Amino acid sequence: MAAMIEVQNLTKYYGSLRAISELSFSIAGGQVVGFLGPNGAGKSTTLRILCGYQPASSGSARVAGFDVFNQSRQMRAHIGYLPESTPLYPEMRVREYLRFRARLKGVSGAQISRRIEQVNGQCWLAEFINRPIGQLSKGMRQRVGLADALINDPQVLFLDEPTIGLDPTQIRETRHLIGSLGEKHTVVLSSHILSEVEATCNEVIIIARGHKVAQGRPRELGAQVAGQSSLIVEVQAPAAALQAAVAALDGVRQVQVHENDGWLRVRVEPQGGNDLRQPLSRLIQQKGWPLRELRREVASLEDYFVKIVAGQ
Amino acid sequence: MGGAWTITRKELLGYFCSPIGYVVLVIFLGLNGYLFGMTNLEPGMEASLRPLFGRFMPLVLLFIMPMLTMRLLSEEFRSGTIETLMTAPINDAAVIAGKFLGALLYYMVLLATTLFYLIPLVRHGTPDWGGVVAGYLGLVLVGALYIAAGLLFSACTSNQIIAVICSFVFLALLAVITDWIAMNVEGTPRFLLQYISVGYQYGDFVRGAISLSSVAYFLTGTFFLLFVSVKVLESRRWR
Repeated sequence: MAAMIEVQNLTKYYGSLRAISELSFSIAGGQVVGFLGPNGAGKSTTLRILCGYQPASSGSARVAGFDVFNQSRQMRAHIGYLPESTPLYPEMRVREYLRFRARLKGVSGAQISRRIEQVNGQCWLAEFINRPIGQLSKGMRQRVGLADALINDPQVLFLDEPTIGLDPTQIRETRHLIGSLGEKHTVVLSSHILSEVEATCNEVIIIARGHKVAQGRPRELGAQVAGQSSLIVEVQAPAAALQAAVAALDGVRQVQVHENDGWLRVRVEPQGGNDLRQPLSRLIQQKGWPLRELRREVASLEDYFVKIVAGQ
Repeated sequence: MGGAWTITRKELLGYFCSPIGYVVLVIFLGLNGYLFGMTNLEPGMEASLRPLFGRFMPLVLLFIMPMLTMRLLSEEFRSGTIETLMTAPINDAAVIAGKFLGALLYYMVLLATTLFYLIPLVRHGTPDWGGVVAGYLGLVLVGALYIAAGLLFSACTSNQIIAVICSFVFLALLAVITDWIAMNVEGTPRFLLQYISVGYQYGDFVRGAISLSSVAYFLTGTFFLLFVSVKVLESRRWR
């Protein structure tokens, strides 16, 4: 199956500032994809380019089978976009706004009322659909923005920070909604909150300072990181012998020994994805050293993300 | 131009839902009512709308039209709705055309309120219908030019105050200042300045004449300003 979104060497300069550089990825249809990165990583810039709001400085992109630059208008008929700040017209009523947006997106006259009823049900707008947008709370506005993005039943949905500024209940509801959208649409959402992406997405693209750092399923990325997790051991033993014995084990990359109130605290870094817990415990048993702790420091996706953010 | 009419409808309704639409309506009705009352309703006055269509009308419009146009695009930039607008399947020219028509139709609603003044004229005299038609046509053309200028400045900034001031200064130059300077110079400069002056071009309509060159002046001016507005809106793509 052809990719729903295909991005090649996308680069965007704002003046002399490079917002994104040589970004390439492809996304298959029917997925919920998380765009993860710290603030200023280039997430919004990338989404804006893919939505046809601004062009890239170089590179190419296809969305829903259309070239983002040369077939921008056809492409825009097949997408829904929720910008980060959820811009709406405060003087319009919700229903009136959705009607306006549906017309603008070329939904045929006969379909408009039916589509409004559908998004009304999907985004729980019923209680305020006849109220002016200016009177709505942040959470309600977010739902109206999402309803607008859905009004033309698009193939691809771009949601820029869809849960920012919501309270915990609303965040949960919105995540649930986004999860359910993945069945019919290809959803690309951006976020700087890792747990959000882990909870809603079946694929993650991590970007930092305009570069793609990693792409994969959250669990795969997690496993990749976990494979590099180090072991912490606290024993009482002669330091030099301990260091030598541990370093001699198969698959050990690095050993660090520290004195810690009468005990030796050893940090063992494995090579690749080796699990050294068993060999280590066997070694300590053989030597008869008193042991008070042996644990694996599981590097979570969170740690990985923090490392990337910190620029390591 | 798919979508242009959708935008026109939204903008037109927006004037009736916003304070600025009513502020402009009140100023317009107040000024015109006062002028009409002071000139036409006196004994022995001419049964025509000439005072209403008079040379100062471009001056009245000079003050009120920038208020009508200032928010058209500035507000979209300020609130960020420009992003949802421009990512809908609609092109830049349709956005400009829709906004322009919305403001023009609202302005024609304003003008329509002055049709009421024809009632006493018809009851108590015989107005010159040619003059009435020429006058209204002239006002629509002046209004269209002013709206196009206002729209251009609104497309340049996200600040409504800056948009209104720039439109006002630009229109003041076009409508009044060129006329003043023209009166103090001779020869070709005078001819050129008069030609670009709204006041001078509008003069024919006041006299009840529809001259092709004046109509051409207003139409080309309007289209030129709209064209530049489209280019300004497009320019955000290569920034």
